[in-house]
Amino acid sequence: MTAQPRTRPARPARSAATTRLVLLVATRKGAWLLHGDGRRKAWTVDGPHFLGHVVSHLVLDPRDGRTLLAAVKTGHLGPTVFRSTNLGRTWKEAKQPPAFAKPAEGGLPGRAVDHTFWLTPGHARQPGRWYAGTSPQGLFRSDDGGDTWAPLASVNDDARFREWMGTVQDGTPDGPKLHSIVVDARDPEHLLFAMSGGGVHESRDGGQCWSTLIQGLQVVEGFDPATVTFHDPHCVRQCPSRPDRLYQQNHCGIYRLDGWGDAGAGPWQRIGLRMPKRTGDIGFPIVVHPRDADTAWVFPMDGQTVWPRTSPGGRPAAYVTRNAGRTWQRLDQGLPESQAWWTVKRQAMTVDAQAKPALYLGNTGGELWIGDDEGARWRCLARHLPEIYAVEVAALG
Amino acid sequence: MKVLVPGALHSYTRGSPVQAEGATLAALFDDLERRYPGLRFRVVDELGRLRPNMRIFVSGLGVRDLAHALRPDDEVAIVLALSGG
Repeated sequence: MTAQPRTRPARPARSAATTRLVLLVATRKGAWLLHGDGRRKAWTVDGPHFLGHVVSHLVLDPRDGRTLLAAVKTGHLGPTVFRSTNLGRTWKEAKQPPAFAKPAEGGLPGRAVDHTFWLTPGHARQPGRWYAGTSPQGLFRSDDGGDTWAPLASVNDDARFREWMGTVQDGTPDGPKLHSIVVDARDPEHLLFAMSGGGVHESRDGGQCWSTLIQGLQVVEGFDPATVTFHDPHCVRQCPSRPDRLYQQNHCGIYRLDGWGDAGAGPWQRIGLRMPKRTGDIGFPIVVHPRDADTAWVFPMDGQTVWPRTSPGGRPAAYVTRNAGRTWQRLDQGLPESQAWWTVKRQAMTVDAQAKPALYLGNTGGELWIGDDEGARWRCLARHLPEIYAVEVAALG
Repeated sequence: MKVLVPGALHSYTRGSPVQAEGATLAALFDDLERRYPGLRFRVVDELGRLRPNMRIFVSGLGVRDLAHALRPDDEVAIVLALSGG
């Protein structure tokens, strides 16, 4: 690690021209917070938190700027959620972590949460509300800031959803996941989530009723795209500056959907076909610009033959589109030029909202990178961390 | 009865062994949950099953069925199974 570890985070001097940033790094063996100044020059490491625990996601509540939620388990102990109201100085376990409801007599088979995979804060008008996605696929809601969690029966105990989810045998190597929970910035009742596998789904009534949002998405060759269970979205993001626009990195390409929320929205348009053929348009994360809805970044991986899920050719690079997917440019300055066989997972790439945004990514080799000037130049912020599962960035007031 | 608790659960119990009561292993975990809130869900899932990498020994006998009856003089050990990486 290049920065100096501290037991408590330093507080860089505030000025009118700068904002303090915090990077939230969740790994297979614990969590780290990196505190930086608004110019992103000096970073101070705070951690490890939960050393030895599998931390799938660590998220700051943007509504108060100080509450952190961490989705945690260990190799032996069951899944739980920890909560901090002082930016990680102290943690308290949720009274009632996400757990499936007991199965009804003669109903669908019961399930047990293996781990909470994804955390999404609720709408700005709903303080205290959070959503969680789990493995196996489940959707949960908290209305008390993450202390107690309730399962959404409309998803978890619905026979149709259960068919689309398949079994734990059908999912990704470390378990099938519900992820990419999006709360529409325009309407707290308009929700979306994705399942690997099991498609993309939206609700207009706060999660009571759901409809699929898969039209235009492709599936593995030879299978029927009308069958929801064959769909494997990897990451879906809403554009802050144009909330009716969604971008998606899918198992079968990169997509954009305009008109989300309008009657007859879609279909999804495959915008990854303009990526270089040798690189392809397979990957896990997709990141959207905070103010320019035509700009998005991906980080391709090798999806050929047995799916190595490594950087194509051992040469990692981000790709950016500045025109909503018509063209793509490679961004690899500063990244290893050869023999770098790492992967960036779906939650491990993000962007800040500074005047000139920077990208951040964590890789499976335990390195944390910053892409200055919107990814034009990369430099390594930390290395020798455990495998990185998620990276989030937030500005502190 | 005496319950031996692995280090991974000391954040709940603050040490080992601890005392708890129950006519069955399930009842014992109910009592442990009352004394140490949050502990049970880390060991027993929502279907009432022992989690995959946990083991329970009752007076030296390996047991996975939480309906297993306990005697007042039994000693229960919660053990982390060999696994990891």
